[in-house]
Amino acid sequence: MNETQRLVDLIPRLRRYARALVGDRAAADDLVQDTLERAWAKLHLYRRGTDLRAWLFTVMHNVHVNRVRATRPTEILEDEMPELAQRPAQGDGLLVRDLDRAIARLPLDQRAVLLLVTLEEMSYDEVARALSIPIGTVMSRLSRAREKLRLMMLGQTAAAKLKVVK
Amino acid sequence: MTEAVITESELQAYADGRLDAERGAAVEAWLAARPEEAERITEYRRITEELRAAYDPVLDEPVPERLAQALGARARWPRYAAVAAWFALGAAIGALAGWQLHATRPAAPLSADIGLVMARRAAIAHATYSPEVRHPVEVGADQEDHLVAWLSKRLGTPLRAPKLETAGYSLVGGRLLPGENGPVAHFMYQSNQGTRVTLYVRTEGVDNRETAFRYAKEGNVRVFYWVDRKLGYALSSAETSKDELFKLANAVYQQLNP
Repeated sequence: MNETQRLVDLIPRLRRYARALVGDRAAADDLVQDTLERAWAKLHLYRRGTDLRAWLFTVMHNVHVNRVRATRPTEILEDEMPELAQRPAQGDGLLVRDLDRAIARLPLDQRAVLLLVTLEEMSYDEVARALSIPIGTVMSRLSRAREKLRLMMLGQTAAAKLKVVK
Repeated sequence: MTEAVITESELQAYADGRLDAERGAAVEAWLAARPEEAERITEYRRITEELRAAYDPVLDEPVPERLAQALGARARWPRYAAVAAWFALGAAIGALAGWQLHATRPAAPLSADIGLVMARRAAIAHATYSPEVRHPVEVGADQEDHLVAWLSKRLGTPLRAPKLETAGYSLVGGRLLPGENGPVAHFMYQSNQGTRVTLYVRTEGVDNRETAFRYAKEGNVRVFYWVDRKLGYALSSAETSKDELFKLANAVYQQLNP
């Protein structure tokens, strides 16, 4: 099977990851389109016999980071940015209502690791290579992402209970 | 029996079902003595299941044509063809309408007339909402951060509500509108005299070059509109003079492109 066909076959997986990464459907497909165009232009840099999927996700990660840096100066890029302390109080309209929003509140680096591990089921080594980070960083980001999501989910449950009890 | 030392990384791997039998059993024994930790790991697994339940359906969606076409030179043609078609259509409309072009900035001939539809929609939105006394906006200026965050999320791009205090206008608030390319952000401003101006912001289907300001009049609503790469803007008012609206449009443009 040639590379083009293999790239085509990977599009649904890119779309799934992108949807979880950026939330909005159209924006996610824009990211996939940019990724595919970049991958197509850089295909000569891909080394045959290596993992095409990992390479493609690396391309997507780089495209996304560049886009975020260029257009969203407020997006949380790094690990050590504001913690959950800013979780809004009930009733201000920004309450985390669903998984989608909870994910969006994770720093991008943690979000990427969590999604590659859970959705793509990449090995920790593969994630480390795809994101160009040490495996120890993969593990710490994974751990932090999960714990934050867990606390957000607990917060939602607590808020929902409060609503019922009044 | 001495208990094994379990690292956080091993707990993560256990949550992902990636430990071999021996380490898996060691983690299980460790968790058995720690119900809170066991509960935490159970929730991590639940989160994974929820993620898959939420996003795996994307795998079964039909792939949009534009994505498959992104692979290969062939894919370039439809885009250029579409732009060329717009250009031809726009040139025809432009000739008919005979609008004034304000070349305050370098004009981009390519997408010269894409904004006409936008100007019309902006004028309609202005005429619809600006007379509202009780419900001019969905979210008021008192929640400006929330408003901007919400509209940015819906449009999928960071927005700002320009500050027009120096020009005598303050933000009333904003709302979300439907548009031909998707959601549209609509900001309303008001002067001390009660004059209202609305800013219509939409995402463009393609990454356009900048265009010059253009002017259109729909009924009694005056509109200055322009396209700035991925966003199209239209500033409308029925109550200000063309000159004043032009000044406001310049103020908006300069704030958005410091």
